[in-house]
Parts: sequence; C-alpha cells; structure tokens
Amino acid sequence: MTTTVARPTAPTKKVKKRAVTKNRGAVIFFITPFAVLFSLFYIIPIIAAIYQSLLTVEREGTFGKPTEVFGGLVQYARVFQDDAFWQSILRVAGFGVVQVPIMLGVALLLALLLDSPLVKGKRFFRLAFFAPYAVPGVIAAVMWGFLYSPNLSPFTAITSEINFLGADLVLWSIANVVTWVFIGYNMIIIYSALLAIPSELYEAARLDGASQARIAWSIKIPLVAPAITLTSIFSIIGTLQLLAEPQVFKSFTSAVTSTYTPNLLIYSTASVPNVNLAAAFAVVLALLTFALSFTVLKLTQRKAD
Amino acid sequence: MGAPTTSAAKRTSAAKPASATKRVRGPRESLFSRAGAMLVMAICTFYFLVPIWWLFVAATKDRSDFTSSAPLWFADFNLIENIAALANYRDGLFFQWMLNSVLYAGAGAAIATLFATMTGYALAKYAFRGRETIFNIILGGVLVPATALALPLFLVFSQVGATNTFWSVFLPSLVSPFGVYLARIYASSSVPDELVEAARIDGSGEVRTFFTVSTRLMMPAMVTIFLFQFVTIWNNFFLPLIMLRDEELFPVTLGLYIWNSQVSQIPEIRALVIIGALLSIIPLIIAFLGLQRFWRSGLGTGAIK
Repeated sequence: MTTTVARPTAPTKKVKKRAVTKNRGAVIFFITPFAVLFSLFYIIPIIAAIYQSLLTVEREGTFGKPTEVFGGLVQYARVFQDDAFWQSILRVAGFGVVQVPIMLGVALLLALLLDSPLVKGKRFFRLAFFAPYAVPGVIAAVMWGFLYSPNLSPFTAITSEINFLGADLVLWSIANVVTWVFIGYNMIIIYSALLAIPSELYEAARLDGASQARIAWSIKIPLVAPAITLTSIFSIIGTLQLLAEPQVFKSFTSAVTSTYTPNLLIYSTASVPNVNLAAAFAVVLALLTFALSFTVLKLTQRKAD
Repeated sequence: MGAPTTSAAKRTSAAKPASATKRVRGPRESLFSRAGAMLVMAICTFYFLVPIWWLFVAATKDRSDFTSSAPLWFADFNLIENIAALANYRDGLFFQWMLNSVLYAGAGAAIATLFATMTGYALAKYAFRGRETIFNIILGGVLVPATALALPLFLVFSQVGATNTFWSVFLPSLVSPFGVYLARIYASSSVPDELVEAARIDGSGEVRTFFTVSTRLMMPAMVTIFLFQFVTIWNNFFLPLIMLRDEELFPVTLGLYIWNSQVSQIPEIRALVIIGALLSIIPLIIAFLGLQRFWRSGLGTGAIK
C-alpha cells in the first residue's frame, strides 16, 4: 500500500516543484495587488490599533501639553472595569441569542419550502424574500423607524397601543429590522446549497414513502449544515458589530443611548476623543468576535466528523 | 466540485417532472401541507414587501397627504414633484451622494473582484511555498468584520493626514478576503488543470491563460464577488461616518442618515428622506435582478465547502 502510494506522489511532487519555479512570476503577479492592499488596509490597521491601545495620554499638570506615553495594559484594565462596555456586550449577546436562531430558522424553513414540491411560484417568492437585502441597514432602519412611530405608521392601531420605540421593546424592534433585511440573504445561501444536492438522493426515501418533512429533516438539513455554519458565523459577526440600526434609532427614541452597542460605545469614545481607550475597546471586541466565530466553526466541524 | 452549477441547472429543469411523479407517489403530501406551505409563503411575502410598498406609496405623496391619507394606498400622485424637490434641495446634493455611492461601490467592487479572483486563482492553481499560510491569513480576514476595522483604519489614515478624502473610503473597499475564499473554491472546482495545461502547451503565458480562459470559467464566482462587494460598500456606514466630514464626499447612506437625524429641526426634510430612501435602493434592486442568474450559482459554491 505504502509503496503504491509513495511512487506516484514522489514524481508529481517533483513536477509541481518545477512548476513553482517556472511560474513564480505569475504567482507574484496574481497575488501582489491583493497582498499589498490586504497588508495596508487589514494588517497594518490592526497592528496600529493594538499599538494605540497600549499608549496612554499624560499631561504635565492639569493644563499641560498632552503627550502619549507607553502605558502597557492600562487601557485594557479600563476596558475590563468599564460597566457600560460589558453591558453593551451583554445586550448584543442577548440580542444574538434570540435573533440569530429565529432568523436562521425562518431562513432554513423558507429555503426548504422553496426546494420542496409543495410551493408554486418559487421565482416570485425567492425575489420577494430577497428584496429587503437590497435595502441598506441605515435605510431599513429609517423606514422601520417611520413604521414604528405612533402617528406616521400604517399600523397606528398597533403602534398607538404598543410603544415599539420604548426602552423595553426597542432592542427587539431593532432585531426585527435586522431580521427583515437578512432572512432573504441567508435563505438564498441555504437554498443554493439545497439545489446542489443531487436529487437521486431523495428517490430512495421517496420510494420508501418518506414525507417531504421527513426528507427535509433526515436528508436535506444534514447536507446543508456547512451552509448553515457559514450563515451562523456571518450572523454572529453582524450581531456583535451592530451599529447602523441603533445609530439611526437614536434619532427616533431616547431609549437608545450612545453606549447601547459595543460599536456605538467605541464610536462615542473615539469622538470624545479618547482614541487609546477606543482602540482597546475595538481590539477586545474584534477578539471576542473572532473567538466566537472560530468556536462555531470548530464545534460544527467536529459534529460533521 | 464543478457540480453545484451544473446540478443546480439540471435540477431546475428537472423540477417539473420530478414533482409530477411525487404528486402521485408521495403519500403524505396532502392538500393540507400544500395549503400550509402556501400560507407561510403568503405571510412572509406580506412581511417582506409591505415596508417597501409603504416606502413607495409614501414617496408619491405630498406633505399633507402623507399624514392625512391612508398610508398603504396612493393619494395624489406627486412622485415626480417630490423627485424635483429632492433635486432642487441644496443644489442636488442628494444626487451627488448617489453618484459617490455608485463610484465607491461600482469601481471599488470591480477592482476588488479582479484582485480577489487573481489571488484565489493563484491559490487554487499553483503549488508554492507559503500557500496555505497566505490562505489562512486571508481566511482570518474574513472573520474580522469591516466595522472592527473602521476605527483602526481611521487611526492609520489620520497618521498620514488622509482622512476626509475620497481615497480614505475607496481604498479599503478594494480588499475582499471573502472574495478570495470564494474565488479559490470556485477556481479549483471549475477550472480544470488539463485546460490550463493545454493552454500552456499551446504557448499561452500564465497571465494570458488567466485572462482569456480562466476568467470565463470563473464568471459566476466573479459576478457573485462583485455583487456582494458592491452591496458591502454600498451599505457601508461606519467607515464613511468616521472618515468623512465633507458632505460632498458622502455616500448616500451617510447623507440620508445625517438628514434623518435633522428631521426634528427641519421637519420639511422628512419628505426628502423618504423619497431619497426609495431612490437609494433602486440601483441595488436592478443589480440583483439583472445579475441573479450568475450570482445564485456562484453563491452556492461558497456555501457548500
């Protein structure tokens, strides 16, 4: 076994190695533009932010000239003592725990229905559900802000009874806006994965008399698990980075404060300006996002094995 | 995995006969489940389309009709007058914003697509040292959200005194790590090595092969990357918010956000926000409708692996 495998691989490796030296110029040509931009606008900013977060401003006396000196982890100590920051993290975490499963659950249901023979007029529904994705988050928030407002809404019967912009509900009103925009996007990703499953896989199940629901549960959902992982990761990233929608809702209601979500807090800290603390917030938030997405990726990969 | 596109196409064309046989065989596909499925679809259509319908209707009304007439149906049709008012307000500043958005998103996404495709192609088709390292770093970039980068980018641009410029928003949008990821998966499945080899034997250089042969095969992936980068840039809010002070440089999302936050001081601006919001989503809807044939098959590829 080993000899049969080893023999063919050894020559191919040699061929490939020769190909590398031959094509080095092409590889450099293809990769350089992206690599330069990626370094300039991804890697350098991240390094700059980490560097900034390690500095602290010192003044000579109360009115002295401020100078930036190396402060070690001073800013990070502040981050960990900042209640508003952790409250905002908890808020978006609660938001995500509720909103992401609902959004992905509905997206999966709609994708399965679109893929089933139960539904007629698929083309129309696909476009109708996807249309909100063409509405930028800011614009969607402005629109829904009008729809929620007690006197302008088409649904005054509801909005005069329930205050969607009050402190109790505004988080879920924002969740609704995000859900509205992104269900269709997630649905399309899952639906595309469903279309790629060869239909022969269903035939045996169908002959055995399995219902559409059974086929969906036992065959389709396991096979589109990677697509669901992908959408989960993007949703987690999106939740922790919530900014545009609450920022817009600030002009509709006083219930949304300038520390409502982590990104709003970072923005208001940076415009105080306390750039060093804002940089530390940004680094911690990026690490949290990264850690969470990575965990989801690993957990679902292990499940798949 | 050349399968997604072809099998997707196959299944859509085969969908009709398949569902016909299912109707005969499927024991539990009752009228009841059919009606249930259609009911879910109808409710969702209502949920997704009513806000957009409301926006369209509201944009056709003059100021008195806006508050006095039924919100979900037309009164006097003043769409043209409203657009004219928008064009007159502050010397057509709104259309300057639209133009800026088209430029940021159109040119930005086009260049981003080219660079991401080149890099993804090189990562898929050439074996070279450090290939996996480069790919993993880029994959890490997918998990770093754009909003987390906005503040670090601001720090870098302010170091070189380049904030509040066109370039401060345009250049960062040329990087699409997700595009590289998608392009790599797609290139390894849809550009056969034999074809590249054949082009080599015919005396075509690597770069020429890429532009004349490989990009044609990768077209669905490229359209997908373009569209999603276009949407990302078009919807981008945080980066312009912290980079730009000069109204002339605003993209349409930031401009409408600023106007919306001024509604309490300048009430007549509200009508402009609504008509502006409607106009701002039209380019994206056109782009999605026009290109959906391409991006749906391309998107499926990204979700499967």
